[in-house]
Amino acid sequence: MKSTKTAARKPGRAAVSARPAAKASAPVVIAARDLSLVFETADGPVNALSKVNLDIGKGEFVSFIGPSGCGKTTFLRVIADLEQPTSGTIAVNGMTPEEARMKRAYGYVFQAAALYPWRTIEKNVALPLEIMGLPKAEREERVKRTLAMVNLTGFEKKYPWQLSGGMQQRASIARALSFDADLLLMDEPFGALDEIVRDHLNEQLLALWRQTGKTICFVTHSIPEAVYLSTRIVVMSPRPGRVTDIIESTLPAERPLEIRETPEFLAIAQRVREGLRAGHSYDE
Amino acid sequence: MMQQGRDRFLPVLSVLAVLVLAWYAASFFMNVPFQRDLDRRAGVTSTFTELVGKTWSQPKPTMPAPHQVVQNLWKNVFTVKPWSKRSLVYHAGITLSSTLLGFVMGTALGVIIAVGIVHVRALDRSFLPWIIASQTIPILAVAPMIIVVLAAVNVTGILPKALISTYLSFFPVAVGMVKGLRSPDVTHLDLMRTYHASPAQTFWKLRVPASVPFFFASIKVAVAASLVGAIVGELPTGAVAGIGSKLLAGSYYSQTIDIWAALIAGSVVAALLVWLVDIANRLVSARMGGRPA
Repeated sequence: MKSTKTAARKPGRAAVSARPAAKASAPVVIAARDLSLVFETADGPVNALSKVNLDIGKGEFVSFIGPSGCGKTTFLRVIADLEQPTSGTIAVNGMTPEEARMKRAYGYVFQAAALYPWRTIEKNVALPLEIMGLPKAEREERVKRTLAMVNLTGFEKKYPWQLSGGMQQRASIARALSFDADLLLMDEPFGALDEIVRDHLNEQLLALWRQTGKTICFVTHSIPEAVYLSTRIVVMSPRPGRVTDIIESTLPAERPLEIRETPEFLAIAQRVREGLRAGHSYDE
Repeated sequence: MMQQGRDRFLPVLSVLAVLVLAWYAASFFMNVPFQRDLDRRAGVTSTFTELVGKTWSQPKPTMPAPHQVVQNLWKNVFTVKPWSKRSLVYHAGITLSSTLLGFVMGTALGVIIAVGIVHVRALDRSFLPWIIASQTIPILAVAPMIIVVLAAVNVTGILPKALISTYLSFFPVAVGMVKGLRSPDVTHLDLMRTYHASPAQTFWKLRVPASVPFFFASIKVAVAASLVGAIVGELPTGAVAGIGSKLLAGSYYSQTIDIWAALIAGSVVAALLVWLVDIANRLVSARMGGRPA
Protein backbone atom coordinates (compact mmCIF):
# COMPACT_ATOMS: atom_id res chain seq x y z
CA MET A 1 0.00 0.00 0.00
CA LYS A 2 1.25 3.39 -0.95
CA SER A 3 0.12 4.99 2.27
CA THR A 4 2.26 2.77 4.49
CA LYS A 5 5.31 3.39 2.36
CA THR A 6 5.22 7.10 3.07
CA ALA A 7 3.75 6.96 6.55
CA ALA A 8 7.11 6.91 8.30
CA ARG A 9 8.26 10.16 6.73
CA LYS A 10 7.91 13.31 8.74
CA PRO A 11 5.28 15.59 7.23
CA GLY A 12 5.87 19.26 6.60
CA ARG A 13 7.22 21.73 4.16
CA ALA A 14 10.83 20.49 4.03
CA ALA A 15 9.89 16.89 3.46
CA VAL A 16 7.46 17.79 0.71
CA SER A 17 9.67 20.19 -1.19
CA ALA A 18 12.62 17.79 -0.94
CA ARG A 19 10.76 15.25 -3.04
CA PRO A 20 11.91 14.96 -6.61
CA ALA A 21 9.38 16.03 -9.21
CA ALA A 22 9.71 12.83 -11.19
CA LYS A 23 6.60 11.20 -12.55
CA ALA A 24 6.73 8.22 -10.21
CA SER A 25 6.71 10.54 -7.23
CA ALA A 26 5.23 13.81 -8.39
CA PRO A 27 5.17 16.71 -5.87
CA VAL A 28 2.86 15.89 -3.00
CA VAL A 29 -0.25 18.06 -2.96
CA ILE A 30 -1.94 16.47 0.03
CA ALA A 31 -0.18 14.68 2.87
CA ALA A 32 -2.24 13.26 5.75
CA ARG A 33 -0.54 11.69 8.77
CA ASP A 34 -2.52 9.82 11.44
CA LEU A 35 -5.42 12.11 10.68
CA SER A 36 -8.36 11.61 13.04
CA LEU A 37 -11.58 13.49 13.49
CA VAL A 38 -14.14 12.83 16.20
CA PHE A 39 -17.55 14.50 16.09
CA GLU A 40 -19.11 15.04 19.49
CA THR A 41 -22.80 14.32 19.05
CA ALA A 42 -25.73 13.98 21.42
CA ASP A 43 -25.39 10.19 21.10
CA GLY A 44 -21.71 10.27 22.05
CA PRO A 45 -18.53 10.65 20.00
CA VAL A 46 -18.50 9.54 16.36
CA ASN A 47 -15.17 8.56 14.82
CA ALA A 48 -15.53 10.12 11.39
CA LEU A 49 -11.85 9.61 10.55
CA SER A 50 -9.42 7.33 12.31
CA LYS A 51 -5.66 7.50 11.70
CA VAL A 52 -5.78 8.19 8.00
CA ASN A 53 -2.42 8.21 6.21
CA LEU A 54 -2.44 9.29 2.60
CA ASP A 55 -0.30 11.14 0.08
CA ILE A 56 -1.77 12.55 -3.08
CA GLY A 57 0.62 13.63 -5.82
CA LYS A 58 0.23 16.45 -8.27
CA GLY A 59 -1.93 15.59 -11.27
CA GLU A 60 -3.48 12.50 -9.72
CA PHE A 61 -7.16 11.69 -9.96
CA VAL A 62 -8.00 10.06 -6.64
CA SER A 63 -11.44 8.68 -5.85
CA PHE A 64 -12.71 8.05 -2.36
CA ILE A 65 -15.28 5.31 -2.18
CA GLY A 66 -17.18 3.74 0.69
CA PRO A 67 -20.61 3.59 2.28
CA SER A 68 -22.24 6.46 4.17
CA GLY A 69 -20.37 7.38 7.33
CA CYS A 70 -16.98 6.15 6.14
CA GLY A 71 -15.53 9.66 6.36
CA LYS A 72 -14.88 10.24 2.66
CA THR A 73 -16.73 13.56 2.61
CA THR A 74 -15.24 14.50 5.98
CA PHE A 75 -11.74 13.91 4.60
CA LEU A 76 -12.48 16.20 1.68
CA ARG A 77 -13.87 18.83 4.04
CA VAL A 78 -10.73 18.62 6.20
CA ILE A 79 -8.59 19.27 3.10
CA ALA A 80 -10.83 22.26 2.37
CA ASP A 81 -10.59 23.56 5.96
CA LEU A 82 -14.34 23.17 6.35
CA GLU A 83 -13.74 20.74 9.26
CA GLN A 84 -10.95 20.72 11.83
CA PRO A 85 -9.14 17.45 12.56
CA THR A 86 -9.05 16.27 16.17
CA SER A 87 -5.53 14.87 15.91
CA GLY A 88 -2.84 14.13 13.35
CA THR A 89 -1.60 16.46 10.64
CA ILE A 90 -2.55 17.33 7.13
CA ALA A 91 -0.69 19.47 4.65
CA VAL A 92 -2.12 20.96 1.47
CA ASN A 93 0.58 22.21 -0.90
CA GLY A 94 2.88 22.03 2.12
CA MET A 95 0.68 24.43 4.08
CA THR A 96 -2.03 23.98 6.66
CA PRO A 97 -5.50 23.65 5.13
CA GLU A 98 -6.34 27.11 6.47
CA GLU A 99 -3.36 28.73 4.76
CA ALA A 100 -4.19 26.84 1.59
CA ARG A 101 -7.79 28.03 1.74
CA MET A 102 -6.71 31.61 2.23
CA LYS A 103 -4.50 31.26 -0.85
CA ARG A 104 -7.51 29.86 -2.74
CA ALA A 105 -5.59 26.69 -3.46
CA TYR A 106 -8.61 24.58 -4.38
CA GLY A 107 -11.99 24.66 -6.06
CA TYR A 108 -14.79 22.78 -4.31
CA VAL A 109 -17.74 21.14 -6.03
CA PHE A 110 -20.60 20.12 -3.76
CA GLN A 111 -23.11 17.34 -4.29
CA ALA A 112 -25.79 19.95 -4.94
CA ALA A 113 -24.81 22.47 -7.59
CA ALA A 114 -25.32 25.22 -4.96
CA LEU A 115 -25.67 27.93 -7.58
CA TYR A 116 -27.02 31.21 -6.28
CA PRO A 117 -30.54 31.38 -7.70
CA TRP A 118 -30.53 35.17 -8.08
CA ARG A 119 -27.44 35.11 -10.30
CA THR A 120 -27.29 34.15 -13.95
CA ILE A 121 -24.95 31.32 -14.94
CA GLU A 122 -22.19 33.75 -15.94
CA LYS A 123 -22.61 35.70 -12.71
CA ASN A 124 -22.43 32.48 -10.71
CA VAL A 125 -19.20 31.49 -12.42
CA ALA A 126 -17.90 35.02 -11.84
CA LEU A 127 -18.71 34.91 -8.10
CA PRO A 128 -15.30 33.63 -6.88
CA LEU A 129 -13.59 36.03 -9.29
CA GLU A 130 -15.54 38.97 -7.86
CA ILE A 131 -14.59 37.91 -4.36
CA MET A 132 -10.95 37.59 -5.33
CA GLY A 133 -11.11 41.10 -6.77
CA LEU A 134 -10.26 40.38 -10.42
CA PRO A 135 -10.85 43.23 -12.86
CA LYS A 136 -14.04 43.08 -14.91
CA ALA A 137 -12.37 42.38 -18.26
CA GLU A 138 -10.45 39.41 -16.87
CA ARG A 139 -13.56 38.10 -15.12
CA GLU A 140 -15.46 38.13 -18.40
CA GLU A 141 -12.62 36.43 -20.24
CA ARG A 142 -12.33 33.67 -17.62
CA VAL A 143 -16.08 33.10 -17.41
CA LYS A 144 -16.19 32.71 -21.17
CA ARG A 145 -13.28 30.30 -21.16
CA THR A 146 -14.48 28.09 -18.29
CA LEU A 147 -18.06 27.95 -19.58
CA ALA A 148 -16.65 26.76 -22.90
CA MET A 149 -14.68 24.06 -21.03
CA VAL A 150 -17.89 22.59 -19.61
CA ASN A 151 -19.85 23.10 -22.86
CA LEU A 152 -22.18 25.74 -21.49
CA THR A 153 -21.47 28.45 -24.04
CA GLY A 154 -24.77 30.13 -24.93
CA PHE A 155 -26.27 29.71 -21.46
CA GLU A 156 -24.52 32.71 -19.90
CA LYS A 157 -27.68 34.74 -19.33
CA LYS A 158 -29.85 31.88 -18.05
CA TYR A 159 -30.83 31.53 -14.44
CA PRO A 160 -30.08 28.21 -12.67
CA TRP A 161 -33.73 27.09 -12.63
CA GLN A 162 -33.81 27.30 -16.41
CA LEU A 163 -31.11 24.59 -16.65
CA SER A 164 -31.29 20.81 -16.15
CA GLY A 165 -29.62 19.22 -13.12
CA GLY A 166 -26.65 18.06 -15.21
CA MET A 167 -26.14 21.51 -16.70
CA GLN A 168 -26.37 23.10 -13.26
CA GLN A 169 -23.67 20.77 -12.01
CA ARG A 170 -21.51 21.61 -15.03
CA ALA A 171 -21.95 25.30 -14.19
CA SER A 172 -20.84 24.61 -10.63
CA ILE A 173 -17.75 22.82 -11.99
CA ALA A 174 -17.06 25.84 -14.19
CA ARG A 175 -17.33 28.02 -11.09
CA ALA A 176 -14.75 25.85 -9.29
CA LEU A 177 -12.45 25.99 -12.33
CA SER A 178 -12.80 29.71 -13.02
CA PHE A 179 -10.07 30.89 -10.66
CA ASP A 180 -7.60 28.27 -11.83
CA ALA A 181 -6.81 26.47 -8.60
CA ASP A 182 -4.58 23.44 -9.19
CA LEU A 183 -6.63 21.26 -6.87
CA LEU A 184 -10.24 20.28 -7.47
CA LEU A 185 -12.22 18.75 -4.59
CA MET A 186 -15.43 17.09 -5.74
CA ASP A 187 -17.93 15.73 -3.25
CA GLU A 188 -20.26 13.32 -5.09
CA PRO A 189 -20.83 15.90 -7.79
CA PHE A 190 -22.85 13.53 -9.98
CA GLY A 191 -24.59 11.60 -7.20
CA ALA A 192 -27.98 13.18 -7.79
CA LEU A 193 -27.96 12.77 -11.58
CA ASP A 194 -29.36 9.96 -13.69
CA GLU A 195 -26.96 7.41 -15.15
CA ILE A 196 -27.00 8.64 -18.73
CA VAL A 197 -26.15 12.19 -17.71
CA ARG A 198 -23.59 10.85 -15.27
CA ASP A 199 -21.78 8.80 -17.98
CA HIS A 200 -21.62 11.86 -20.15
CA LEU A 201 -20.29 14.08 -17.38
CA ASN A 202 -17.74 11.44 -16.37
CA GLU A 203 -16.36 11.45 -19.93
CA GLN A 204 -16.25 15.24 -19.93
CA LEU A 205 -14.57 15.37 -16.55
CA LEU A 206 -11.83 12.98 -17.66
CA ALA A 207 -11.22 15.07 -20.76
CA LEU A 208 -11.08 18.17 -18.60
CA TRP A 209 -8.61 16.55 -16.22
CA ARG A 210 -6.33 15.47 -19.05
CA GLN A 211 -6.55 18.92 -20.60
CA THR A 212 -5.80 20.89 -17.41
CA GLY A 213 -3.53 18.51 -15.48
CA LYS A 214 -5.27 19.39 -12.22
CA THR A 215 -5.17 17.24 -9.13
CA ILE A 216 -8.65 15.92 -8.45
CA CYS A 217 -10.05 14.38 -5.26
CA PHE A 218 -13.38 12.83 -6.06
CA VAL A 219 -15.84 11.37 -3.57
CA THR A 220 -18.33 8.83 -4.88
CA HIS A 221 -20.25 5.75 -3.89
CA SER A 222 -20.39 4.31 -7.34
CA ILE A 223 -17.78 1.62 -8.03
CA PRO A 224 -17.87 1.95 -11.85
CA GLU A 225 -17.53 5.72 -11.57
CA ALA A 226 -14.52 5.43 -9.26
CA VAL A 227 -12.78 2.86 -11.46
CA TYR A 228 -13.53 4.69 -14.69
CA LEU A 229 -12.22 8.05 -13.52
CA SER A 230 -9.34 7.41 -11.15
CA THR A 231 -5.64 6.90 -11.25
CA ARG A 232 -6.00 5.73 -7.64
CA ILE A 233 -8.97 4.52 -5.65
CA VAL A 234 -9.09 4.92 -1.88
CA VAL A 235 -11.50 2.42 -0.33
CA MET A 236 -12.90 3.49 3.01
CA SER A 237 -15.12 1.87 5.62
CA PRO A 238 -17.22 3.21 8.47
CA ARG A 239 -17.23 3.07 12.30
CA PRO A 240 -14.54 4.21 12.66
CA GLY A 241 -14.01 5.94 9.29
CA ARG A 242 -10.75 4.58 7.92
CA VAL A 243 -8.85 3.64 4.77
CA THR A 244 -9.03 -0.10 4.09
CA ASP A 245 -7.37 -0.29 0.68
CA ILE A 246 -5.67 1.89 -1.90
CA ILE A 247 -5.83 0.62 -5.46
CA GLU A 248 -3.60 1.83 -8.29
CA SER A 249 -5.47 1.85 -11.55
CA THR A 250 -3.78 0.02 -14.41
CA LEU A 251 -6.12 1.49 -16.99
CA PRO A 252 -4.60 3.69 -19.71
CA ALA A 253 -5.03 7.46 -19.60
CA GLU A 254 -7.25 7.35 -22.68
CA ARG A 255 -10.53 5.83 -21.50
CA PRO A 256 -13.53 5.49 -23.78
CA LEU A 257 -16.76 4.54 -21.98
CA GLU A 258 -16.49 1.03 -23.49
CA ILE A 259 -13.42 0.40 -21.32
CA ARG A 260 -15.91 -0.47 -18.61
CA GLU A 261 -16.59 -3.81 -20.36
CA THR A 262 -12.92 -4.89 -20.43
CA PRO A 263 -11.60 -7.63 -18.08
CA GLU A 264 -9.01 -5.21 -16.74
CA PHE A 265 -11.71 -2.75 -15.66
CA LEU A 266 -13.82 -5.50 -14.10
CA ALA A 267 -10.81 -6.84 -12.19
CA ILE A 268 -10.23 -3.43 -10.59
CA ALA A 269 -13.93 -3.10 -9.81
CA GLN A 270 -13.79 -6.55 -8.21
CA ARG A 271 -10.87 -5.48 -6.05
CA VAL A 272 -12.74 -2.37 -4.91
CA ARG A 273 -15.70 -4.54 -4.02
CA GLU A 274 -13.46 -6.87 -2.01
CA GLY A 275 -11.97 -3.89 -0.22
CA LEU A 276 -15.45 -2.73 0.71
CA ARG A 277 -16.39 -6.21 1.89
CA ALA A 278 -13.21 -6.47 3.99
CA GLY A 279 -14.27 -3.24 5.69
CA HIS A 280 -17.65 -4.80 6.51
CA SER A 281 -19.25 -2.23 4.28
CA TYR A 282 -21.80 -4.78 3.07
CA ASP A 283 -22.91 -5.79 6.56
CA GLU A 284 -26.32 -4.79 7.90
CA MET B 1 -56.60 36.23 -20.79
CA MET B 2 -60.38 36.64 -20.51
CA GLN B 3 -60.63 33.24 -18.93
CA GLN B 4 -57.90 34.13 -16.44
CA GLY B 5 -59.62 37.40 -15.55
CA ARG B 6 -62.92 35.65 -15.03
CA ASP B 7 -61.30 33.00 -12.84
CA ARG B 8 -59.82 35.72 -10.73
CA PHE B 9 -62.67 38.17 -10.39
CA LEU B 10 -65.67 35.88 -10.21
CA PRO B 11 -64.85 34.42 -6.76
CA VAL B 12 -63.95 37.84 -5.41
CA LEU B 13 -67.15 39.40 -6.71
CA SER B 14 -69.29 36.55 -5.35
CA VAL B 15 -67.81 37.00 -1.89
CA LEU B 16 -68.39 40.76 -2.17
CA ALA B 17 -72.03 40.21 -3.14
CA VAL B 18 -72.57 37.90 -0.17
CA LEU B 19 -70.96 40.44 2.16
CA VAL B 20 -73.11 43.32 0.87
CA LEU B 21 -76.26 41.24 1.28
CA ALA B 22 -75.26 40.26 4.81
CA TRP B 23 -74.52 43.91 5.51
CA TYR B 24 -77.98 45.02 4.37
CA ALA B 25 -79.58 42.29 6.47
CA ALA B 26 -77.51 43.25 9.52
CA SER B 27 -78.34 46.90 8.97
CA PHE B 28 -82.07 46.08 8.96
CA PHE B 29 -81.97 43.94 12.09
CA MET B 30 -79.78 46.31 14.08
CA ASN B 31 -81.72 49.45 13.19
CA VAL B 32 -85.21 48.01 13.41
CA PRO B 33 -85.73 48.23 17.23
CA PHE B 34 -85.00 51.98 17.19
CA GLN B 35 -87.14 52.46 14.08
CA ARG B 36 -90.11 50.64 15.73
CA ASP B 37 -89.65 52.91 18.74
CA LEU B 38 -89.70 55.99 16.52
CA ASP B 39 -92.80 54.78 14.70
CA ARG B 40 -94.58 54.05 17.98
CA ARG B 41 -93.84 57.54 19.32
CA ALA B 42 -95.00 59.17 16.09
CA GLY B 43 -98.05 56.93 16.04
CA VAL B 44 -97.45 55.56 12.54
CA THR B 45 -97.81 51.99 11.38
CA SER B 46 -95.39 51.05 8.62
CA THR B 47 -95.75 48.19 6.23
CA PHE B 48 -92.79 45.84 6.15
CA THR B 49 -91.41 47.43 2.98
CA GLU B 50 -91.69 50.90 4.53
CA LEU B 51 -89.96 49.66 7.66
CA VAL B 52 -87.09 48.21 5.66
CA GLY B 53 -86.72 51.45 3.72
CA LYS B 54 -86.65 53.49 6.92
CA THR B 55 -84.05 51.29 8.63
CA TRP B 56 -81.79 51.80 5.64
CA SER B 57 -82.08 55.59 5.66
CA GLN B 58 -81.74 56.70 9.29
CA PRO B 59 -79.54 59.78 9.76
CA LYS B 60 -77.62 58.25 12.68
CA PRO B 61 -78.13 54.51 12.31
CA THR B 62 -76.64 51.91 14.63
CA MET B 63 -75.43 50.20 11.48
CA PRO B 64 -75.54 52.27 8.31
CA ALA B 65 -76.57 50.55 5.10
CA PRO B 66 -73.91 50.15 2.41
CA HIS B 67 -75.44 52.74 0.09
CA GLN B 68 -75.43 55.35 2.90
CA VAL B 69 -71.70 54.78 3.38
CA VAL B 70 -71.11 54.89 -0.37
CA GLN B 71 -73.05 58.16 -0.64
CA ASN B 72 -71.03 59.64 2.23
CA LEU B 73 -67.79 58.49 0.62
CA TRP B 74 -68.85 59.92 -2.73
CA LYS B 75 -69.73 63.24 -1.18
CA ASN B 76 -66.51 63.53 0.85
CA VAL B 77 -64.18 62.29 -1.85
CA PHE B 78 -65.50 63.56 -5.15
CA THR B 79 -67.71 66.57 -4.45
CA VAL B 80 -65.29 68.53 -2.29
CA LYS B 81 -61.84 69.81 -3.14
CA PRO B 82 -59.16 67.27 -2.08
CA TRP B 83 -57.38 69.87 0.10
CA SER B 84 -60.55 70.93 1.92
CA LYS B 85 -60.85 69.77 5.52
CA ARG B 86 -64.13 68.07 4.67
CA SER B 87 -62.44 65.85 2.12
CA LEU B 88 -61.57 62.29 3.08
CA VAL B 89 -58.71 62.49 0.59
CA TYR B 90 -57.21 65.28 2.69
CA HIS B 91 -57.53 63.25 5.89
CA ALA B 92 -56.24 60.08 4.22
CA GLY B 93 -53.28 62.10 2.96
CA ILE B 94 -52.46 63.30 6.48
CA THR B 95 -52.58 59.75 7.81
CA LEU B 96 -50.66 58.44 4.82
CA SER B 97 -47.79 60.88 5.32
CA SER B 98 -47.16 59.81 8.91
CA THR B 99 -47.72 56.16 7.92
CA LEU B 100 -45.01 56.40 5.29
CA LEU B 101 -42.57 58.24 7.53
CA GLY B 102 -43.14 55.70 10.31
CA PHE B 103 -42.89 52.81 7.86
CA VAL B 104 -39.57 54.01 6.46
CA MET B 105 -38.16 54.56 9.96
CA GLY B 106 -39.54 51.24 11.22
CA THR B 107 -38.14 49.32 8.26
CA ALA B 108 -34.74 50.93 8.68
CA LEU B 109 -34.76 50.21 12.41
CA GLY B 110 -35.91 46.62 11.87
CA VAL B 111 -33.18 45.96 9.30
CA ILE B 112 -30.49 47.49 11.53
CA ILE B 113 -31.63 45.38 14.49
CA ALA B 114 -31.70 42.25 12.34
CA VAL B 115 -28.19 42.86 11.00
CA GLY B 116 -27.00 43.38 14.58
CA ILE B 117 -28.67 40.21 15.83
CA VAL B 118 -27.25 38.11 12.99
CA HIS B 119 -23.69 39.44 13.35
CA VAL B 120 -23.25 40.14 17.06
CA ARG B 121 -23.61 37.16 19.32
CA ALA B 122 -24.33 39.24 22.41
CA LEU B 123 -27.20 41.01 20.66
CA ASP B 124 -28.64 37.68 19.57
CA ARG B 125 -28.88 36.61 23.19
CA SER B 126 -29.96 39.90 24.73
CA PHE B 127 -32.07 41.66 22.17
CA LEU B 128 -34.70 39.29 20.85
CA PRO B 129 -36.60 38.80 24.14
CA TRP B 130 -36.87 42.58 24.54
CA ILE B 131 -38.13 43.01 21.02
CA ILE B 132 -40.80 40.41 21.59
CA ALA B 133 -41.69 41.96 24.94
CA SER B 134 -42.06 45.35 23.25
CA GLN B 135 -44.90 43.97 21.16
CA THR B 136 -46.83 42.56 24.10
CA ILE B 137 -47.48 46.09 25.41
CA PRO B 138 -50.80 47.28 23.98
CA ILE B 139 -50.15 50.15 21.59
CA LEU B 140 -53.28 51.97 22.78
CA ALA B 141 -51.69 52.27 26.23
CA VAL B 142 -48.34 53.45 24.93
CA ALA B 143 -49.53 55.85 22.25
CA PRO B 144 -50.89 58.64 24.50
CA MET B 145 -47.72 58.55 26.62
CA ILE B 146 -45.48 58.89 23.59
CA ILE B 147 -47.55 61.81 22.34
CA VAL B 148 -47.65 63.52 25.74
CA VAL B 149 -43.97 63.01 26.53
CA LEU B 150 -42.88 64.23 23.11
CA ALA B 151 -45.23 67.23 23.29
CA ALA B 152 -43.60 68.14 26.63
CA VAL B 153 -40.25 68.39 24.83
CA ASN B 154 -41.87 70.36 22.01
CA VAL B 155 -41.97 67.54 19.48
CA THR B 156 -45.37 67.72 17.84
CA GLY B 157 -46.91 67.26 14.43
CA ILE B 158 -46.13 64.32 12.18
CA LEU B 159 -43.18 62.86 14.12
CA PRO B 160 -44.93 61.54 17.26
CA LYS B 161 -47.53 59.77 15.13
CA ALA B 162 -44.82 58.40 12.86
CA LEU B 163 -42.97 57.09 15.92
CA ILE B 164 -45.99 55.01 16.87
CA SER B 165 -45.99 53.59 13.34
CA THR B 166 -42.30 52.91 13.73
CA TYR B 167 -42.96 51.09 16.98
CA LEU B 168 -45.45 48.79 15.28
CA SER B 169 -43.61 48.27 12.00
CA PHE B 170 -40.03 47.59 13.09
CA PHE B 171 -41.03 44.31 14.71
CA PRO B 172 -42.15 42.27 11.68
CA VAL B 173 -39.17 43.60 9.73
CA ALA B 174 -36.67 42.72 12.47
CA VAL B 175 -38.03 39.21 12.93
CA GLY B 176 -38.39 38.57 9.20
CA MET B 177 -34.95 39.88 8.37
CA VAL B 178 -33.24 37.84 11.10
CA LYS B 179 -34.78 34.80 9.47
CA GLY B 180 -33.93 36.06 5.98
CA LEU B 181 -30.30 36.87 6.71
CA ARG B 182 -29.93 33.41 8.24
CA SER B 183 -31.70 31.69 5.37
CA PRO B 184 -28.72 30.80 3.11
CA ASP B 185 -28.02 27.06 2.78
CA VAL B 186 -25.01 25.62 4.56
CA THR B 187 -23.47 24.81 1.17
CA HIS B 188 -23.91 28.40 0.02
CA LEU B 189 -22.09 29.56 3.16
CA ASP B 190 -19.41 26.85 2.83
CA LEU B 191 -18.83 28.01 -0.72
CA MET B 192 -18.08 31.53 0.51
CA ARG B 193 -15.67 30.03 3.02
CA THR B 194 -13.81 28.09 0.33
CA TYR B 195 -13.28 31.40 -1.50
CA HIS B 196 -12.00 32.97 1.71
CA ALA B 197 -14.66 35.65 1.37
CA SER B 198 -14.71 38.42 3.97
CA PRO B 199 -17.75 38.75 6.26
CA ALA B 200 -18.75 41.87 4.31
CA GLN B 201 -18.60 39.97 1.02
CA THR B 202 -20.63 37.12 2.46
CA PHE B 203 -23.15 39.66 3.71
CA TRP B 204 -23.60 41.59 0.47
CA LYS B 205 -23.25 38.76 -2.02
CA LEU B 206 -25.10 36.04 -0.12
CA ARG B 207 -27.07 37.05 2.96
CA VAL B 208 -28.66 40.18 1.52
CA PRO B 209 -29.89 38.68 -1.76
CA ALA B 210 -31.09 35.57 0.10
CA SER B 211 -33.12 37.73 2.48
CA VAL B 212 -35.01 39.66 -0.21
CA PRO B 213 -38.15 37.44 -0.26
CA PHE B 214 -38.27 37.64 3.55
CA PHE B 215 -37.87 41.41 3.35
CA PHE B 216 -40.91 41.85 1.14
CA ALA B 217 -43.03 39.48 3.21
CA SER B 218 -42.09 41.51 6.31
CA ILE B 219 -42.68 44.96 4.89
CA LYS B 220 -46.08 43.89 3.60
CA VAL B 221 -47.07 43.30 7.23
CA ALA B 222 -45.14 46.35 8.40
CA VAL B 223 -46.84 48.78 6.04
CA ALA B 224 -50.28 47.69 7.24
CA ALA B 225 -49.11 47.92 10.86
CA SER B 226 -47.77 51.41 10.18
CA LEU B 227 -51.18 52.56 9.02
CA VAL B 228 -52.78 51.16 12.17
CA GLY B 229 -50.10 52.97 14.20
CA ALA B 230 -50.76 56.28 12.46
CA ILE B 231 -54.52 55.99 13.01
CA VAL B 232 -54.03 55.01 16.65
CA GLY B 233 -51.61 57.93 17.01
CA GLU B 234 -54.31 60.31 15.84
CA LEU B 235 -56.82 59.15 18.42
CA PRO B 236 -55.33 60.38 21.74
CA THR B 237 -53.77 63.53 20.33
CA GLY B 238 -57.02 65.27 19.67
CA ALA B 239 -55.60 65.52 16.21
CA VAL B 240 -57.57 67.85 14.01
CA ALA B 241 -56.88 65.92 10.87
CA GLY B 242 -56.38 62.34 9.70
CA ILE B 243 -58.45 59.20 9.45
CA GLY B 244 -58.08 58.70 13.21
CA SER B 245 -59.49 62.13 13.98
CA LYS B 246 -62.42 61.46 11.64
CA LEU B 247 -63.12 58.25 13.54
CA LEU B 248 -62.92 60.08 16.86
CA ALA B 249 -65.09 63.00 15.74
CA GLY B 250 -67.61 60.57 14.29
CA SER B 251 -67.93 58.76 17.58
CA TYR B 252 -68.23 62.04 19.57
CA TYR B 253 -71.18 63.16 17.48
CA SER B 254 -72.63 59.69 16.79
CA GLN B 255 -71.99 60.17 13.09
CA THR B 256 -71.93 56.45 12.41
CA ILE B 257 -71.98 56.93 8.67
CA ASP B 258 -68.89 59.15 8.91
CA ILE B 259 -67.13 56.49 11.00
CA TRP B 260 -67.83 53.81 8.45
CA ALA B 261 -66.78 56.02 5.59
CA ALA B 262 -63.52 56.82 7.39
CA LEU B 263 -62.99 53.12 8.07
CA ILE B 264 -63.41 52.30 4.42
CA ALA B 265 -61.11 55.13 3.43
CA GLY B 266 -58.52 53.64 5.81
CA SER B 267 -58.97 50.18 4.29
CA VAL B 268 -58.55 51.57 0.80
CA VAL B 269 -55.30 53.24 1.85
CA ALA B 270 -54.12 49.97 3.43
CA ALA B 271 -55.00 47.97 0.32
CA LEU B 272 -53.20 50.53 -1.82
CA LEU B 273 -50.05 50.32 0.31
CA VAL B 274 -49.98 46.52 0.32
CA TRP B 275 -50.57 46.55 -3.43
CA LEU B 276 -47.63 48.91 -3.97
CA VAL B 277 -45.38 46.67 -1.88
CA ASP B 278 -46.54 43.72 -3.96
CA ILE B 279 -45.66 45.51 -7.20
CA ALA B 280 -42.22 46.41 -5.85
CA ASN B 281 -41.78 42.77 -4.84
CA ARG B 282 -42.64 41.56 -8.35
CA LEU B 283 -40.31 44.02 -10.00
CA VAL B 284 -37.41 43.10 -7.74
CA SER B 285 -37.92 39.36 -7.94
CA ALA B 286 -38.13 39.55 -11.74
CA ARG B 287 -34.79 41.35 -11.72
CA MET B 288 -33.35 38.64 -9.47
CA GLY B 289 -34.23 35.85 -11.86
CA GLY B 290 -37.37 34.79 -10.06
CA ARG B 291 -39.26 32.01 -11.73
CA PRO B 292 -42.52 33.49 -13.01
CA ALA B 293 -45.33 32.19 -10.81
